[in-house]
Amino acid sequence: MPINLPKTDVIIVGLGAAGGVAALPLTSAGLKVIGLEAGGWLEGRDFAPDEIRNNTRNWPMAVQKCAQEAPTVRGYSNTTAKQGGHPMMNAVGGTTMHYWAQSWRLNPWDFKVVSNTTERYGASRIPANSTVEDWPFDYEELEPYYDKVEYTVGISGKAGNINGKIDQQGNIFEGARSREYPMQALRSSPFTELMSDAASKMGLNPFQGPAAIVTEPYDGRSPCLYHGFCNKGGCHVQAKSSTAFSTIPKALDTGNLDVVTHARVTKIVADNSGKVTGVEYLRGNEFYFQPADAVLLGSYAYENTRLLLLSKSRAYPNGLANNTGQVGRHYMTHHQGAPITALFPKDLHNWYGLPAQGVAIDEWADDNFDHSSLDFIGGANLWAHTDRRPMSAVFMRTFDVVSKNWGSQWKKFIMENADRTNTSYIQKTTLPYDHNYLDLDPTVKDPLGFPVTRITGRYGENELKIAEYAQNKMEQWYREAGAIEIYKYGLGSTMGATTHAYGGTRMGDNSKTNVVDRWGFSHEAPNLGVIGGSVMGTSGARNPTLTVQALAWRTAEYLANNWRSITS
Amino acid sequence: MANSKNNQAPTNPSRRNLLKSAGLVGAAVASSGAATQVIAADSSSSNCPPQPLEREALETLTAAENETLEALVDRILPSDENGPGAREARAAHYIDRSLASDNKEARGGYAIGLTILDEYARSNHGKPFHQLGASDQDAIITSVIDGDVPGFNPSGRGFFGMVRAHTIQGTFSDPYYGGNRNFVGWDMIGYPGVRIAASESDVAQGRALAPNHQSAYDISTFTKDMGKTGGAGNAN
Repeated sequence: MPINLPKTDVIIVGLGAAGGVAALPLTSAGLKVIGLEAGGWLEGRDFAPDEIRNNTRNWPMAVQKCAQEAPTVRGYSNTTAKQGGHPMMNAVGGTTMHYWAQSWRLNPWDFKVVSNTTERYGASRIPANSTVEDWPFDYEELEPYYDKVEYTVGISGKAGNINGKIDQQGNIFEGARSREYPMQALRSSPFTELMSDAASKMGLNPFQGPAAIVTEPYDGRSPCLYHGFCNKGGCHVQAKSSTAFSTIPKALDTGNLDVVTHARVTKIVADNSGKVTGVEYLRGNEFYFQPADAVLLGSYAYENTRLLLLSKSRAYPNGLANNTGQVGRHYMTHHQGAPITALFPKDLHNWYGLPAQGVAIDEWADDNFDHSSLDFIGGANLWAHTDRRPMSAVFMRTFDVVSKNWGSQWKKFIMENADRTNTSYIQKTTLPYDHNYLDLDPTVKDPLGFPVTRITGRYGENELKIAEYAQNKMEQWYREAGAIEIYKYGLGSTMGATTHAYGGTRMGDNSKTNVVDRWGFSHEAPNLGVIGGSVMGTSGARNPTLTVQALAWRTAEYLANNWRSITS
Repeated sequence: MANSKNNQAPTNPSRRNLLKSAGLVGAAVASSGAATQVIAADSSSSNCPPQPLEREALETLTAAENETLEALVDRILPSDENGPGAREARAAHYIDRSLASDNKEARGGYAIGLTILDEYARSNHGKPFHQLGASDQDAIITSVIDGDVPGFNPSGRGFFGMVRAHTIQGTFSDPYYGGNRNFVGWDMIGYPGVRIAASESDVAQGRALAPNHQSAYDISTFTKDMGKTGGAGNAN
């Protein structure tokens, strides 16, 4: 029997990007919150600039839970899924400790894909087997929460649209924002200036993207030092606005947050009436039962789905909040693949920089361009950035310049070109499809004996057409900047485990096709909220974290403001 | 640990000159008290004059496996007229060490692959792999990659790809892990080194920026044993 603990107001499962934000509005409202986190505390001195540990071995000491429950993956439901890796980490602050920290708002189109597409091009343009729906609200509803997160977490950037006033220094395609970013964007670099100039020559509107990285002293944290180990690296001066360094300390300051580290949640418990009563977790060698009036589940898309499916009870024989069979549906991963690599005839000076220090082109993202004569909807954000480290440089492609990737000729090639290649980051609209879903693997289990998540997913024709279109645009941009060789990677197929996973607990008004309502609370279990990318019904063409955080803030605020009705 | 300073005088001038010519002053001679031996590479396997190199005590590989591996990494990233390569960076030492720790699962693959390589060399060229000339060694490697040498699991290409990846790691990773001796790898590609901050002026200099030749763990603020504690903030 688990050890019973004293009841609390709210449990947050997972103190990462979502849970770490949700803790603040709840504790600020006076609610007692217990945050259960599978990882531990990390500090600046844990973040040595070490490419082997960060990028090759993937933080072996800080993936204690996720590495043991890596999902299995398959493209088609008639094949056997194979276990791959898990891209996330376990720590207070979660993967915001070592993420790229690009912090975009979604484009207004992403909230209304169905209605906007139908209105502009006709309903026939929605891919036939897609399960995409409009979000239950529009961009304007989320704007105040984007704003709160940008100022509280600490986001740098340059606005392109303040209350309808367009500024070409920023993204002219973004939705209207109520005010400027709290601090200026990361500095430019010789390479971003090269790419920026090339884009301007093409008549495009290049701009520096937003980042959860402080560029001036902010909230007691030091500005970015551009040391070059930001990609999957933590920040030694806390310039990266991880929730561990921003919202979680603020929540702790209220005196209402209790963080329990190294807690592995195994079940969310519900009573016969369908209400959630608390969670069971393993810590050390003991199982505990933590009772609560409300539970917010924020353990990332794969684990959110898994934990619900594992939490069977009399009220929920098919898994918690799953009496309509929607848990695990509408899964998708951002199509981050299909990049292209360019070789330049001169050094790019990219040894010191970071992936969030880049220049973006949004002309071909979302519905920013006319799709009338095209055979897809959505698009891609093109991102040229400065990330480079010794090993990643040497692993570069050799194009057709040398015939083999070993030996003296190859050595000469890497000596000359180690700082002369760049690989683009092209994020593309992905839609949900009926044939893509998460469930429990029938055979593969974690060390506790619980099945791991099984991914069944592949990109559709719409995604592949966007990928090809975007690669051609990126090639034009690189060529204009002086690239002498180009290599295009494959367009992608299977949706493996990634850091940009969506769906599984989709948000929507229709309880037949969505797991949570417009506020993020279960249509079935009234005091269960779900936070994270798993509630998002569209991917947008940009990194999800800021949207995840804005939604988490909104869900937490709604819980605090409606405490009696939700928990009674 | 990487040693960035020469704390032991060269034993004779000729040796010092040899080290200098290989860009190695302050490198191998500064290694710790581990058992070492000075060997001369077979001049036929390289365009360079014989280079004395200290080797470290083996942690995982057998002496025979190690001879083959040393020769293999030298063909992947050779010492040549453009300077030192994987051999001087001590990539094989990095691999030997990593097979005892983070790359444990690859140990069996090395045992099989290195043995096949050596047996193939003996039966087709009459000598152990490491005693063959560079062109013979390259021909064997090409046969392995092309799938013309049987016995690899799953494939010769897979084995070669693994050794190549580990050779790159051993040459270009932080010297903390046992390779990139004397920052041979970072100097080779013009990487000016690990630092905790880079100014706009540093960036503007590109490869002209003076290399600082330090390991991340030479910077005293960083935790070395995070693997044991799971992070600085986890006293429990």
